[in-house]
Amino acid sequence: MDLHLIPSAVPSSEERAAIDAALGTCAADRQWLLPALHAAQERAGWISEGALNYICERLSVPPADAYGVASFYALFAMAKRPRAVAHVCDDIACRVNGAEALCGALEARLGKPGEPLPGASATWLRSPCQGHCERGPVALVQIAGPNPVNTTVTAATIESILGSLAGSTFEPRATSQPPSRVRATAGQANNGEGDSWIAAPQTTVPEWRPGLRLLRRVGVVDPASLDDYRAHGGYAALRRALDVGPEGVLREITESRLLGRGGAAFPTGRKWEAVAHAAVRPHYLICNADESEPGTFKDRVLMEEDPFALIEAMTIAGYATGCETGYVYIRAEYPRATSRLAHAIERARLRGLLGDDVMGAGVRFDIQIRRGAGAYICGEETALFNSIEGKRGEPRNKPPFPVQAGLFGKPTVINSVETLANVLDIVSQGGPAFSRIGTAASSGTKLFCVSGCVERPGVYEVNFGALLGDLIEFAGGVRGGRRLQAVLLGGAAGVFVTPDELGMPLTFEGTRAQGAALGSGVVMVFDDSIDLGDIVHRIAAFFREESCGQCVPCRVGTIRQEELVHRLRAGAPMGSAAAELALLDDLAGAMRDASICGLGQTASGAIQTAMRKLGVFGATKS
Amino acid sequence: MTGAAIPAPPSREVELTIDGRQVRVPEGTTLLQACRSVGIDTPTLCYLETLTPVNVCRVCVVEVEGSRALVPACSRPVEPKMVVHTDSERVRHSRRVVFELLASSVDLSLAPARVREDMARYGASPERFGPRAARVAQPVKVDNELYVRDYSRCILCYKCVEACGADAQNTFAIAVSGRGFGATIATEFDHPLPDSACVYCGNCIGVCPTGALMFKSEHDMRAAGTWDESRQTVTETICGYCGVGCTLQLRVQDNSIVRVTSPLDHDVTSGHLCIKGRFGFQFVQNR
Amino acid sequence: MYAIDPRRTSSAAWADVWLGLDVGSDIALANAIGREIIHAGLTNRAFIERATTGFEAYRESVEPYTLEHAETITGVSASVIQELAHAYARADRAQVCWTLGITEHHNAVDNVFAIINLALLTGHVGRFGSGLVPLRGQNNVQGGGDMGAIPNKFVGGQDVENPEHRARFERAYGVTLPPKRGWHLSEMFEAMERGDLRTLYIIGENPIQSEADAHRARKLLTGLDHLIVQDIFLTRTAEIADVVLPAAASWCESEGTVTSSERRVQRVRKALDPPGGARDDIDILCELARRLGHPWETPTAEAVWNELRALSPWHRGMSYERLEQLGGLQWPCPHDTHPGSPLLHDRLWEDPVEGPSAPFMPVVFDPPVDRLTEEFPLRLTTGRRLDSFNTGVQTGGYASPMRRGETLDVSPEDARRLGVVEGEIVRVVSRRGAVEAPIHVDPGLRAGLTFMTFHFPEQVETNLLTIDAVDPKSGTAEFKASAIRVEKVCVQPALSAAGSAVEAV
Repeated sequence: MDLHLIPSAVPSSEERAAIDAALGTCAADRQWLLPALHAAQERAGWISEGALNYICERLSVPPADAYGVASFYALFAMAKRPRAVAHVCDDIACRVNGAEALCGALEARLGKPGEPLPGASATWLRSPCQGHCERGPVALVQIAGPNPVNTTVTAATIESILGSLAGSTFEPRATSQPPSRVRATAGQANNGEGDSWIAAPQTTVPEWRPGLRLLRRVGVVDPASLDDYRAHGGYAALRRALDVGPEGVLREITESRLLGRGGAAFPTGRKWEAVAHAAVRPHYLICNADESEPGTFKDRVLMEEDPFALIEAMTIAGYATGCETGYVYIRAEYPRATSRLAHAIERARLRGLLGDDVMGAGVRFDIQIRRGAGAYICGEETALFNSIEGKRGEPRNKPPFPVQAGLFGKPTVINSVETLANVLDIVSQGGPAFSRIGTAASSGTKLFCVSGCVERPGVYEVNFGALLGDLIEFAGGVRGGRRLQAVLLGGAAGVFVTPDELGMPLTFEGTRAQGAALGSGVVMVFDDSIDLGDIVHRIAAFFREESCGQCVPCRVGTIRQEELVHRLRAGAPMGSAAAELALLDDLAGAMRDASICGLGQTASGAIQTAMRKLGVFGATKS
Repeated sequence: MTGAAIPAPPSREVELTIDGRQVRVPEGTTLLQACRSVGIDTPTLCYLETLTPVNVCRVCVVEVEGSRALVPACSRPVEPKMVVHTDSERVRHSRRVVFELLASSVDLSLAPARVREDMARYGASPERFGPRAARVAQPVKVDNELYVRDYSRCILCYKCVEACGADAQNTFAIAVSGRGFGATIATEFDHPLPDSACVYCGNCIGVCPTGALMFKSEHDMRAAGTWDESRQTVTETICGYCGVGCTLQLRVQDNSIVRVTSPLDHDVTSGHLCIKGRFGFQFVQNR
Repeated sequence: MYAIDPRRTSSAAWADVWLGLDVGSDIALANAIGREIIHAGLTNRAFIERATTGFEAYRESVEPYTLEHAETITGVSASVIQELAHAYARADRAQVCWTLGITEHHNAVDNVFAIINLALLTGHVGRFGSGLVPLRGQNNVQGGGDMGAIPNKFVGGQDVENPEHRARFERAYGVTLPPKRGWHLSEMFEAMERGDLRTLYIIGENPIQSEADAHRARKLLTGLDHLIVQDIFLTRTAEIADVVLPAAASWCESEGTVTSSERRVQRVRKALDPPGGARDDIDILCELARRLGHPWETPTAEAVWNELRALSPWHRGMSYERLEQLGGLQWPCPHDTHPGSPLLHDRLWEDPVEGPSAPFMPVVFDPPVDRLTEEFPLRLTTGRRLDSFNTGVQTGGYASPMRRGETLDVSPEDARRLGVVEGEIVRVVSRRGAVEAPIHVDPGLRAGLTFMTFHFPEQVETNLLTIDAVDPKSGTAEFKASAIRVEKVCVQPALSAAGSAVEAV
């Protein structure tokens, strides 16, 4: 390629060293663009022209292309700013827990978001959901430098955020810190970035533990210890997989009737078989750990507390489908899950459980971690492919489907963390046994992320078939004994349900029958003190911010939708609320029908149901 | 012609139903091509014969039975036994709203007449999003003497990016930057063109459907109110520079060349030119 | 794609492999490739036997060009030459494209023969996707030759010295034609030097600025008895003419045809009225004929074209109507329903081959005439930049944002060695003349190689430096290889002060 670099833009020696360290001796290939941009951002706190130039030179990527990619991601700064930044979640779950008050306090101390006071060493920005909804409000604090800091402040206060921004500069790099063995005792209150097994309250109640499958080891096993993992049954499933062979594994998965847990509920067995039998090589495996649906945090808990289980499940998946390379694409807002997973991968490699000869069985499989950089859309599988490939995270039109032409245009298995977590029990205990759990159309157990106005927010594992009301009771019911106003089911891309619908069975078929969907398992509870108009407004803003901008219905539709909600919220509808609802329906129809991907297709569901079913903004209830 | 040319492999035919009509087309044909082959008029904005379909504008969507969402005709290949509806209520609705969304956010006044016809055909009324609907408004970028960029007219069809990149020029001077409603076509760090990789082939201008990219001479004439298409002629000739033989279409007003284009269907360069062919005409009018 | 170029051009940057050879070492490279193909047993024997002659002599002629020997001459490593030889020979289809880097040498025709030999060796000629592609730098170079504007040809490639061909034209025009070929450009200058050529009529050329050794060109042109220049510009050459005939621009102010690199005849049309006084070339020539006492009408361009078609079998099937309908036609196109010929030489694949076989033409490496010495240690090669054209009379008319004027491009190594910096004015001296130009440091140049264009003769008259060593077969001068030295014009105190300031920081 005939590269035209930015005239006379040179990187600082620090930026150059950081980029070199990230890239090592890798070939000039744009798939390394995202890691290189992270390196530059974490070293200098922004992507300078010199750093971009150097990355382009190393990877043979045109600067305009690289700029287009870098500017796509919310966590990359394209203009200089202070090295310490707090990304403060003001999304729906954290709003219920005082995020706005926190933002107000920050503004008073640090100035407007993204507008640092003169000479300030720190600034702050508003952020969409960071997947720590059980302990909001939360903030991701990033401090660039030789030992960059990435840390999540949970149950955040103005003091804890300012403390992190100011003091953490000299703390060891968060991502290289080995996971802590120290843990709180069950039920103990937890401040700041505590152990996230607290996020799964079931695991602290002895009589509930026997029913747990996906959460079985959470709170029991040391996430840093491979030996501990093996002592708790780890790697038995891979042993059995190697015994029954790839076709045997495929049969078990198919017979388990496992459906994908990422939201689309596609039969995992069919996906795996399609790739396993695809003639084109190589095949790729991707674990979608870009859990970004507002209100979702279950995958984070699994990765933080039981990382070896994910590695083992991916190894089985790779073995069964003929993949030698697996990627974990994990959102940048999960620094602890990333470091624990990276540590576990390293241990597994050292012990011959990843690499050229897995378990001495002649199987070749290894895993690379790729960090996102702040883009909800990259959880969409084809956008995720583009992101790994070093392109803008724009979804592709389907067909072709990933099993035909996915990552690098090759047959690709892509599963969410939770889907993969099910694989271990299926292989150990057999597909038919698994298929008998749950209901006829929804086999197995399901993780739900219960957040909002409940006594004990967290991840809950229940057999398919439990009722929505039961789940909320599990979580201690509406906090403070207040009246339930509404439940957001499935996240921002889901729908609102009313207190009349608590009898809804939590199955794929049961929710579908009532015009809802399980989505990513979000159950966000709002009591009667919450201004749902405010929540709806934030959802509209979320989709406008997170639209990739590629297709017209979503790019313009999401801003028109936000404008419409803004008018209603300001009490100044065009015509009447009913007229606005009719306009919203028109917009929603085109967005649902004509958008490229699920983002645009689902961007109106929550808003429409809030207005229709809950009478938000005074539109007539149907 | 000689017998030494490598013959194309015989392609199989696919039979499908479009608007109730049985249609047979070669395998690999897109739905758009299939529709056009039987005279079904389908609007397009981001589609161009010489570029890889990006299917982003969504005005060509059609309904395929069995498909949950509508599908873009420009990029979707035909499949046997597909049943396609190009004028169903859902299709008409989506096309209408997409035109409304575009027209409410960017200036389409220089888009081809065809766009206004399509808007009328689908009953699009962009004003229904209210007078305060956000627009892609920004000042015209005038950073060189050859062409200007007015992104308040940009519908983000990606054509210029494709023509600058792998589909034609392989210069990669521009890309889509940012995201969502704030996404825009830009050089790195939005530097002026003379600092970028731009080689001024103007192939981006050649494919721009809305006048967002324009000869500076045309821009200046429009600003001065002297642009008058009724006094213009278009003459096809061959570029006077190198030996490639690119066809030029010279648009002339008052005995001066005011714009140079090249026909897409010409098999020498499929409408693409270089800086000399596109802009190097001035010497004949330094009279 | 393999790019063979002394400079790392944009094309070289895109290529899979760049072979940065020394200027003028093309024959050594080509012969080594040929030898390697033969020694590796990769020749297309069936093709050689059926369609060519002279293989044995060729085989012997390339025998001295071992890979190692070629590496010494060209500067390209033996392994890369070997890789290219194997890749070319093994490819299903392969083309060699070239332009003035091959032909602006004192042994231009030999350079071309060396390339043709490779195509004959491997059969990469006359088949779809394979072939020999000289890329033309000007829109109608091919057409000019095809129309007989070369000293040895009538229209359609018919030979002046072939009695049968000559008779056809004598019959058509009712005149007797000289039986000998005329002078080409370089021979004309030699004839001027001898005093044999005293009157010159130049149409659309600016030799005072475009010829190598511009001092000599100017001297000879000013020494003529009578000089007529017909051009669309008042060029430097026109300025010294006795008579100037202002002409219309062919591509937009008149009707006619041009012929592209791929032998495609295409229509040019009148879009603009020429400025007052400027007239169509046909009009001028016919008017001139009338003034000389011949009662010529002024025919339309189409009538002239049809006259040509009657005399040129290559063009016979190309009516204006068909040219317009089909967007041009490639010759040969002998009749009204012939689709034109995208391929030449496909007859070489017929068995048996009809017509003459293709001869191998053994050639030997002969270095550039202007030798590098201690006094003139740097190689200067000249060429073009994307946004400009030849002496700049046309491209000077528009405001290209890429234009930076004339520079002497030097490698970073030479810049360091010479102690010169970007933008510094230096004196460039060759055995023929000297100019001053600013330095541009180009990392795409290898040490020892420098580059200039000749787009800005008003600023820097590059052709004062170039050598007029001419290829006797083609008449082309060796613009691509001069020997120069670079002299600092004066010390630059401002710069050295800035340098120490930086150090102080």
